[in-house]
This record gives sequence, structure tokens and C-alpha cells, in this order.
Amino acid sequence: MSNLFQLLVEPLSYSFMLRGMAAAIMVGVVCAVVGTYVVLQGMAFFGDALAHSILPGVAVGYLVSGGARDVLFWWALGAAMVAALGIGAVSKRTQVKEDTAIGIVFVGMFALGIALISTMRNYTVDLVHFLFGDVLGVSPTDLVLTGAFGLLVILTIVAFYKEFLVIAFDPILAETLRLRSDRLRYLLLVLIAVTIVVSLQTVGVALMLGMLITPAATAYLLTRRLLPMMAVAALIGAASGVIGLYLSYYVNIASGAAIVLVCTVFFFVAALLAPGRGWVWQARRER
Amino acid sequence: MIMQTLRRPPIFAAPLTPHQPDQPILAMRGVAARYNGAYAVEDLTFELIAGEQMAVVGPNGAGKSTLFKLIAGVLEPSSGQITVYGTRPGGHICIAYVPQRSQVDWRFPVNVADVVMMGRVGKLGLFRRPGRQDWDLVHESLAVVGMADLAHRQIGELSGGQQQRVFIARALAQEAELMLMDEPLTGLDVPAQQDIFQVLAALRQRNVTVMIATHDLNLAAERFDRVMLLNRRLIGLGAPHEVFTPQKLLEAYGGHMHMVQTPNGTLVLSDTCCAGDR
Repeated sequence: MSNLFQLLVEPLSYSFMLRGMAAAIMVGVVCAVVGTYVVLQGMAFFGDALAHSILPGVAVGYLVSGGARDVLFWWALGAAMVAALGIGAVSKRTQVKEDTAIGIVFVGMFALGIALISTMRNYTVDLVHFLFGDVLGVSPTDLVLTGAFGLLVILTIVAFYKEFLVIAFDPILAETLRLRSDRLRYLLLVLIAVTIVVSLQTVGVALMLGMLITPAATAYLLTRRLLPMMAVAALIGAASGVIGLYLSYYVNIASGAAIVLVCTVFFFVAALLAPGRGWVWQARRER
Repeated sequence: MIMQTLRRPPIFAAPLTPHQPDQPILAMRGVAARYNGAYAVEDLTFELIAGEQMAVVGPNGAGKSTLFKLIAGVLEPSSGQITVYGTRPGGHICIAYVPQRSQVDWRFPVNVADVVMMGRVGKLGLFRRPGRQDWDLVHESLAVVGMADLAHRQIGELSGGQQQRVFIARALAQEAELMLMDEPLTGLDVPAQQDIFQVLAALRQRNVTVMIATHDLNLAAERFDRVMLLNRRLIGLGAPHEVFTPQKLLEAYGGHMHMVQTPNGTLVLSDTCCAGDR
């Protein structure tokens, strides 16, 4: 027993691990709550595209600041806003299908980001951090920014809870209630953008989607109402952050990947065993 | 009005206009609407009488859904004028659209009461939680449609008829005066259809005006005060025996309608039912 306790406590004696834990928990919660809407509205591809599209902003921020983290944060935020609103507008107005339009913008921006980063001296190390996160490099300033903006996102979702619910469930009802659906939808895109920036340090651009949709999708299998779905998703997101970090400490694997892998395991366990909906239940019903 | 702007801040909710009681609940004058370039409906001119129940019939692609979207203020007409109590539909929250069952995501994580409460969002306004009165209205609306005991059921676990009635309850919670029901009878068995007609009778008592799109000419003829025969244009509007004449039906349904002369009169056979619906 004291051995297990030792195993859990030992990593926390390092302050970088403590900060990493705090960041992973906050990111897990914020991503999961916002991700609930991403899952319910079928916006997974949009979320992935948005995450990749902020790379050029991150690269420019890195180049102009020489690596200062808080400067980087604001550049990433700016890039995410432009990308969110840009993709929103592009997908509305082009002649090609929406997913094609999103794909073209996203891969173009991503390529631009990689091109910019490839001009730097520590090309590979920096690129790996942007792509896959570096949760153990979280600074106290990062933690404050993550907490402040994460809280802002959660409070906005609480404030617009019923409006977002109506828009996700029944867009025509939103129209007949004379809500300004377009603006509310853009607000949601902005929230997704802020969430992605907040999570950048923890899981990176390429693994972001796992934090956004996997805990929310797991909660979708386990619950039947929106509020419990958000709560369970947040719990799974936070737990995956903590378990993932322990895993990365003891097995010595990349932290962002470890966190997303834990999310994925949670999902498949739920898909297998979810009461009433899991594969096991379905198989029993069919027999 | 001041209270209303406070509750519905103009950034996220459109301003509302008051009813002019001397004006009809709905009036259309020369309304046309394009859909993908072609006219979906043209030259629609009619008025609704408050409290009446009207069936809208016509073949697939006749523009029934377009008509409802125009009235609901979801779609803007390309020409002509639509008014609800004297002003354009976009300023009113007294119009409810009851969707076809096939358009709803039944696996969405909401229960029956959650869906009905969505009808209150327009009146509640931003940043307000539903209060006691709102919940009372939700439960009362569910009682009207005979579903008070199913408030906590997840919507995917309901029968087809129950699913339809939840959305009528939501329209009641919205305090809608005009309900537009898109194919509410399609795909329901006879007992479930009877339940819907009971709800319609309750709506009549509450003086709610109802327009129902349906494929079923028999039910339209038997159950409704007035019927509208639509095929992009208004082919007939009035009492069923005036509108459902062989000539007008042939005009609406064209080659899909077959007239068979029998000793008891003319038998009308239609083969347009339900492509793409369930």
C-alpha cells in the first residue's frame, strides 16, 4: 500500500510534474466540455482542421519572440481566431463541398506553418513540441494563461448553455425563436479556437483532436442528457491527463501521446461495456 | 418592450414586433420563392383565419416545406409579401415549426422535458435559467399531448407517435399561436394517428391555428375545415368538397393521379406517396 502511495507521490516531487498535472487537468476539462458540442454537431473534421491551421501563427510568434511563451500564446490566439472565422466563412461561400473547402484551407495553412518553422535553427525539436505538445515544459505563466482562458471558455458555455443546445439540436427552432444563429455559431467557433490554443502546450496541434472529441464521445455513450454528458466528459478528460502523465513518467513515453492513448482506451472500454449501448449489450440483445 | 430588449440582447436575438390584433394571423400576397435558382413556389395569395386547422396537400416537390419555411420566417421570399399579425414573420416568436420525424437526431442526449423546455428559450432570453413557471408550462404542455408521465424518457426511446407529440408539446411551451406541422401523420399507425387528432382537438379548444402538410387526401378531406391544394402554385383553397374535384386533383398531381369511374362516383388513385419519407 505504501508502495503504491510512493509510486503516485514520487513524480509530484518535481515541480515541472506538478505544473504538468495542473495543465493536463485543466486542458482535459475545457477540451471535453467544448468537445461535447464538437461531437454533437459532427464538427470533428473542423476541429482537427482548426488545430492544424494555427501552426503558421505559432511559428510567426516563435520567430518574432525568440521563443518567449506568453508572446507565443497571443500569436496562437490571433491565428486561431483568424482560422476559425476564415474556415467558417470559406465553408459557407465556396462552390466545392464544405469538407473539401475546409481541407484545402487547413492543409495549406499547415504547410505554411511547417515551412516557417523549417527556417529555424532547432527545427526538429521545436516542430515536435508544436505538433505533439510539451506538457512538462509548462511555465507558471502558461498555467495562469491556461487557467484564465479555460475559465472564460467554461463560463461562456454556462452563460449560453440553452442557446447552444437549441442550435445544436434544432437549427430551425433557433430561427423561429429569432436567435441570431450565425453569431452564436461564430461564438462557438471562437470558443473552440480558444480551447485549442489553451491546449497547445499540453497535446500539440496533431493530437488536439483526441482531447476534443474522444472524452466527449465516451461520455456520449455513457449518458443520456447534455449536462451529465459534459460532466462525465470533463471527468474522463481530467483523469486521462493525470493517468497519461504517470504513464509517461514510468513507461517513459511522450506525454501528449500518453494522454490521448488513455482517452482512447476509455472510449473503447465504454464502447464495449456501456450499459444498453455497448457492443456486449447489443450482442446479447441480438441473440 | 424595455423588459424584452433586456432579456433578448440584440447581439444574439433579433428584435420582436408586437401583434396588430386587427390584422390576420397570416396573410400572403403574391409570394414567390426560389430554391436553387428555380421557383419552388409562385404567386401564393391567401389568408389564414385565426383558430382554423388547414391541411396542405400536394405531390412531392410541390413546395409544402418551402411554404412552411416562408411562413416561419426561416426563408425570405424572392417577391411578394408575408405578414403575421401585420408585420413580417421574422419579428414574431408565436410561430412554431414542428419538424418531420426524419429530420430529428433522436440519439441527441436530451429527454422529453429538455426538448419541450427548448420552446421556452425565446421567452426566457439570455442568461436566465428556467424558473418554476417555465417548468409548470412544460409539464402542462406535456399533459395536453398525453405525455406527462414520459417527461424523463430519452427521446430515442419513444414510439413514433410519442416523438411527434413531444414536438407539439414544445410548440405549446413556446406559446405558439400558429403551428406548422410537417407530415406529422406520415409513418404512424392508425392508433397513433388518432392520438394526434386528439391533440389537434385540444389545440382547437385553445384557439391555436394549425397548418398540416400531409400526403393523405382522405384524412385531409375528413378532418380539416379547409384544405389547400398546392403544386408550386395555389391550385385550390377551401372546403374539401370544393377543392378535391377530379379536375383540380388532376391539375395538382398530373400523371401521378388516376381517375377511375365507378358506379358510386369517381375513384381517385394516387401513386406519389412518400418517396424519400419514412
